[in-house]
Amino acid sequence: MVLTVTDLSCTRGGIPVLEGVGFTLAPGSALMLTGPNGIGKTTLLRTLAGLQPPLRGSVSAPPDSLAYAGHADGVKSALTVRENLAFWAAVHGRRLDEAALGPLRLAPLADRLAGELSAGQRRRLGLARLLVAGRRIWLLDEPTVSLDAASVGDFAALVTAHLAAGGSALVASHVAMGLAGAAVLDLLPFRARAPVEDFEVAFG
Amino acid sequence: MRDLALAVRAGGGFGLGIAFFLLVAVLVPLGVGPDARLLAAIAPGILWVGALLACLLTLDRLFALDHEDGSLDLLATAPIPMEGVVAAKALAHWLVTGLPLTIAAPALALLLNLPGPGYGWLLAALAVGTPALSVIGAFGAALTVGVRRGGLLLGLLVLPMYVPTLVFGASAVARGAAGLAAATPLLLLAGITAGAVALLPFAAAAAIRANLR
Repeated sequence: MVLTVTDLSCTRGGIPVLEGVGFTLAPGSALMLTGPNGIGKTTLLRTLAGLQPPLRGSVSAPPDSLAYAGHADGVKSALTVRENLAFWAAVHGRRLDEAALGPLRLAPLADRLAGELSAGQRRRLGLARLLVAGRRIWLLDEPTVSLDAASVGDFAALVTAHLAAGGSALVASHVAMGLAGAAVLDLLPFRARAPVEDFEVAFG
Repeated sequence: MRDLALAVRAGGGFGLGIAFFLLVAVLVPLGVGPDARLLAAIAPGILWVGALLACLLTLDRLFALDHEDGSLDLLATAPIPMEGVVAAKALAHWLVTGLPLTIAAPALALLLNLPGPGYGWLLAALAVGTPALSVIGAFGAALTVGVRRGGLLLGLLVLPMYVPTLVFGASAVARGAAGLAAATPLLLLAGITAGAVALLPFAAAAAIRANLR
């Protein structure tokens, strides 16, 4: 379950944002992606998840090993917390394990409608989806947004347990989550040179 | 797949199509006047146009809600094929609009003074034709999934594709009501539905994948 990225270039809205990105994510390890707003953290994660094709380079991962958690939680307001998780478990061909409600303290909320949750509770529900999906490699885009300090701690413990079980995680975050032993990849050196500047150099 | 249908139903819009259909069938006689012969002549067309617009009314929610809350991204990375997602969505749309419209149509046809022999043909034509409306509509919704205020564009894209269904559906009912042979337009209608159901989920899935980029 190794994720290998080689010389990857990705685009957003047809404009190259990152080029030459390469790293390897081994089982049991975590990698934090950092960089200023707009550098392309989300674009990189979406490319890795297969939601958009790379401009150049390759991503190699075992099939059906990646779980993506983006800015939007994919939570249906009209369903209860348990129904939401059961739905995503069914989509991944699994049955809902009640243990998935535990680590993020969702058990007391299980029968509440997701539409009645606070932003932080919704986010916890969105992250609990990772547990029911049963994928080994987690791609997390700003997972700690709108979480309180205790929940960030809970989630860090969850990721640590996932790593200890042989999973791996790629986390784009501005906040240090307190993941022990996580490597850091700064995306700033991989910023794509603007094609317009090339144009001006060539013809200016 | 059943859960997908559930998710769509939970998104609402169940009563909207049928309420719109009812409004059309009630308001047209009031607007046209109480001439029973005139109403009988226009009933098949009015019922089909009403059913078609009622379908269109609920289409823009089909993928837009899932796109907004991120579910569509997650479904795209899930192990089920996008074609299956589209087919399930279209089926769910038909179950909450096309099927109730078909069942309600004979009662509303009474208001429009549809001649006696037409009722069976009306039921048959709507039962055969409305799945095509849902599948074609799902394709249109997939094309406009990332577009802000895509509802208008969706209408413009989908209406021309609805024309053959409308023409054959209404003519099957009109010929049936007049006591003429109506099997030919009904079979053509069935052909359109079969073609749409077989091909369009693939086109819609490709459109969604392109729109998620």
